[in-house]
Amino acid sequence: MNSFIHIENLSLSYDNDLMIVHQLNLQISKGTMTALVGPNGCGKSTLLRGLSRLLKPKQGAVYLDGQNIHAMKARDLAQQLGILPQSPTAPEGLTVHELVAQGRYPHQSWFQQWSHNDEQIVQEALVTTNLTMFADHPVDTLSGGQRQRAWVAMALAQQTDVLLLDEPTTYLDLAYQMDVLDLLDDLNAKGHTIIMVLHDLNQAARYADTIVALRGGQIVAQGTPEQVMTVENILQVFGLQAEVMTDPITGTPMCVPIGRRGSRRKTRLAPSNGRYLLTPVMHELERS
Amino acid sequence: MNVGRPLKSTWLTLRFRKLPFSYRIDRRVPLVALLLMAFTLMVLIFSISYGAYDISPLEVIQTISGTLPQDHPDYRNFNLVVHTFRLPRIILAFLVGAALATSGAIMQGITRNPLADPYLLGVSGGAALVAVALIVWLKDLPISLLPWGAFAGALLTAGTIYILALKQGSSSPVRLILIGVALGSMIGAVLTVMLLFGDINDVQQAYVWLTGSVYGTRWEHVQALSGWLLVFLPIAFFMARSLNALNLGDETAQGLGLRVEWQRGALLIVSVALAAAAVAVAGTIGFVGLIAPHVTRRLVGPSHEGLLPVSALFGGALLVLADLIGRWVIAPGELPIGIITAIVGAPYFLYLLYRSR
Repeated sequence: MNSFIHIENLSLSYDNDLMIVHQLNLQISKGTMTALVGPNGCGKSTLLRGLSRLLKPKQGAVYLDGQNIHAMKARDLAQQLGILPQSPTAPEGLTVHELVAQGRYPHQSWFQQWSHNDEQIVQEALVTTNLTMFADHPVDTLSGGQRQRAWVAMALAQQTDVLLLDEPTTYLDLAYQMDVLDLLDDLNAKGHTIIMVLHDLNQAARYADTIVALRGGQIVAQGTPEQVMTVENILQVFGLQAEVMTDPITGTPMCVPIGRRGSRRKTRLAPSNGRYLLTPVMHELERS
Repeated sequence: MNVGRPLKSTWLTLRFRKLPFSYRIDRRVPLVALLLMAFTLMVLIFSISYGAYDISPLEVIQTISGTLPQDHPDYRNFNLVVHTFRLPRIILAFLVGAALATSGAIMQGITRNPLADPYLLGVSGGAALVAVALIVWLKDLPISLLPWGAFAGALLTAGTIYILALKQGSSSPVRLILIGVALGSMIGAVLTVMLLFGDINDVQQAYVWLTGSVYGTRWEHVQALSGWLLVFLPIAFFMARSLNALNLGDETAQGLGLRVEWQRGALLIVSVALAAAAVAVAGTIGFVGLIAPHVTRRLVGPSHEGLLPVSALFGGALLVLADLIGRWVIAPGELPIGIITAIVGAPYFLYLLYRSR
């Protein structure tokens, strides 16, 4: 596999004492969808900031298509790599169209501020994200899902190969979470390389080609969802006892945490042949 | 690609077939701008006609356009009153309003803070401090040099605010205001000391000036200010795009390829220069930079391509009106323009503060 994004010996920190990400190496192929997972404070968001140049590395480098991103011009980088920060806020009264139009910034200049091409691309981004009808609506009046789609549309209008997203589903209702992830899946199918931080392991397993699991600023496991989502890895990364089963819809691995309450019921109810998912219900039925 | 329902265009785009130039503004901008200009013109004519020496609006128009018949009994008096006394002060009021409003709009944009304003942040105070020092110590200073001194003082204050508040990322609106208040008190203390030891005539003049006044404006004041506006207003308007991006938050702005620190610094300098030039000729007039951008945002939306020029027009109109009111309430005496803006502006500020809890 050719590596499109190449992270070499990367160390990141906010002050000099505490390294949040420590000597990390990672390769990401073109056109893939990668999910960064791990417990709070594991450095996954920090790693994303390092990838997007929001944070200057203390050590090491990030290469995009062979170029060191910290040696590139801000504008050139912005034409190749788009960022969607965690729960961004738009100024009051800004319409969806105005927000999406901001994505054209790195393609414009002082004198050439709004070309026909700009308008065309913004329209396409609105169509892709299914927001054409809401183009004139202020962003702050939209539902959470629509709002997040509007921000994705802005990143789309930027026309970058790579999209970095920091927890794009945070604070969204479950239906909207799926909505946003499906949209990202469509974009990935069109050739965008997507790297996102996700909280939900099962969503990561469903949507990502590659999962990178971090703990303490270092990679604990990386690979396909099947390779990474194992009982041992979940225990090591999250310190959580869990069962891994097959997602009945997609066939991808699915993590079911056990917890204290679960472990009591499990010892009481689980038959030796497995299939925990249905057993408690069946048992209740038998009893009644 | 099928684009679906054609978008109802809320934009006007300015493009040339031959030149690589395009500019985009909200569709409401020209209408609002036109109304504001018409309003300003009306108030301006009325304001020139009003005063101890009454001139009818028609005669005002005739005098300004030079069509007043030479055999008119008051030909010389009209020309003197209009051209020497009233026109310069009213034009200055307009320019000062435009400068302060644009300055405030930029500050609100770069700080993402609805309460930012050159007066409330102490930037105007810093400008005033140096200007007063120059007035008191160097008596025969040419007016065209005053803005430079004010600019230095304002930059110093802005730099302090930048280090104390902005550098640590986005700071809360209230924190920024508190820093401004603290700086303002310090500047006020130094000013008081300076005035205590000043010559009594200078001190009285400085006091009137400190409350913000266009009393006794001469054309050279107008000249001194317009030079600065001619340079910095166009820069501000052209940087509207960067302001829009900064308004989405530092991370998004940087993701869009903006050199955030650099652009923010440049915009801060532009806004400080505008405020300082205004303070140098008319003293510290408060709240215009706060009110004008706010009301304008309601009228034309938050995109700065339209917000900045319309704010400027609004601020100008506001001060022309405030000047008229100041001359009218206690006629034949006159209230300094800064008192009028404070009477209107302070409650508005409290309302905004209440709303931004």
